[in-house]
Amino acid sequence: MSDFRFRNTKEGYGLVAIAFHWAVAVLILGQIGLGLTMVRVADQRLAFNLIQWHKSLGLLILTLIVLRLLWRMANPRPLPLASLRRWEKAASTAVHRLLYAVFLALPLSGWVLVSASVLGIPTLVFGLFLLPHLPVGVSEAGETFWRLLHRSLAYTAIALVTVHVLAALRHHFILKDGVLRRMLRPARRTEP
Amino acid sequence: MKTAARIAIVAVLLVLAAPLRAAVPSLSEVAGRYAVVASGSRLAFTVTAVGGPGIRGRFARFDGTIDIPADSVDRARVTITIYPDSVTTGQKRIDDFLKSDAVFDTANEQAIIFRSTRVRRTGEDTATIEGNLTARGRTFEETFHVRLAEAQGGNLHFHVQGKVFRSRYGMDVGTPIYSNVVDFDMDLASRRR
Repeated sequence: MSDFRFRNTKEGYGLVAIAFHWAVAVLILGQIGLGLTMVRVADQRLAFNLIQWHKSLGLLILTLIVLRLLWRMANPRPLPLASLRRWEKAASTAVHRLLYAVFLALPLSGWVLVSASVLGIPTLVFGLFLLPHLPVGVSEAGETFWRLLHRSLAYTAIALVTVHVLAALRHHFILKDGVLRRMLRPARRTEP
Repeated sequence: MKTAARIAIVAVLLVLAAPLRAAVPSLSEVAGRYAVVASGSRLAFTVTAVGGPGIRGRFARFDGTIDIPADSVDRARVTITIYPDSVTTGQKRIDDFLKSDAVFDTANEQAIIFRSTRVRRTGEDTATIEGNLTARGRTFEETFHVRLAEAQGGNLHFHVQGKVFRSRYGMDVGTPIYSNVVDFDMDLASRRR
């Protein structure tokens, strides 16, 4: 364990980048499930509680995404595998950029939605501290717009995550290359 | 001269202010059975929220009776029935939520009932009323503070305030974002039967 790298190398991802990836992956999947469930349950008490969890998790995801981007900027980017074709590299870059963009926009749009809501329900993050509302206009029309945008971004995220997961599985089980393995096993320290 | 003028102004103000407080009638004058009437009544409540506007609402439908014996206020009896499906906050989505199974569960619970068990006079025109409040099948003792605001002819007008912990009645949804305490601020107009 001690010979694993925390930082990325040109050959592979470090422990921190991998931890960020899987933490965000688990949270995003949970958040999507939560979002789809909370607007469908008949039990209004459960719905209210799920929405509060959804808001707290959204802030956690936003925080992790920002930290992950900062970590990415402060680290070398592992080179794409030599076996990848040009279109695969281009598609991978595009999907990754879109994932980052959507994962940033999604919690932000949720924050704006909560802030624009005429219900004015405060956000007490994990019951610990109050998240202030953003300085946006409060109106039914605004709330409807931001809800539509948030929902559209959520379905876009579902589509992108599906593409991302299917591509990773294709690489692992069909092409049998090291793309998925790089995100499972951290880069190791090389002997001096 | 200036001092005399000031004294005169203060004296006039005191005289003008004096009639604002209603003269308290004797028990024998107001004894009888009264029905709570909608006209002039207002059953309002507030639930505060951390960092938010909270919820202000009122019940549009309610009824009740007030029995005042001629010999002692302590033997007075009050019964108030509130119909929670009449709750209104000015925001339909909040109204629907309050009527849902999360709060009042109006599909199964049609009434919130308060029956007094003890009335204690605390001042010339004030009293505390203790009694049993039943909501969603649970009954607990609650206390309300009452002031006789107006007594005119066969009409009595009371101002009633009280705090109720909603969690005791299975309505704790939203805590601690929304306070567990419901602040009631009510005007009850009643007419002698």
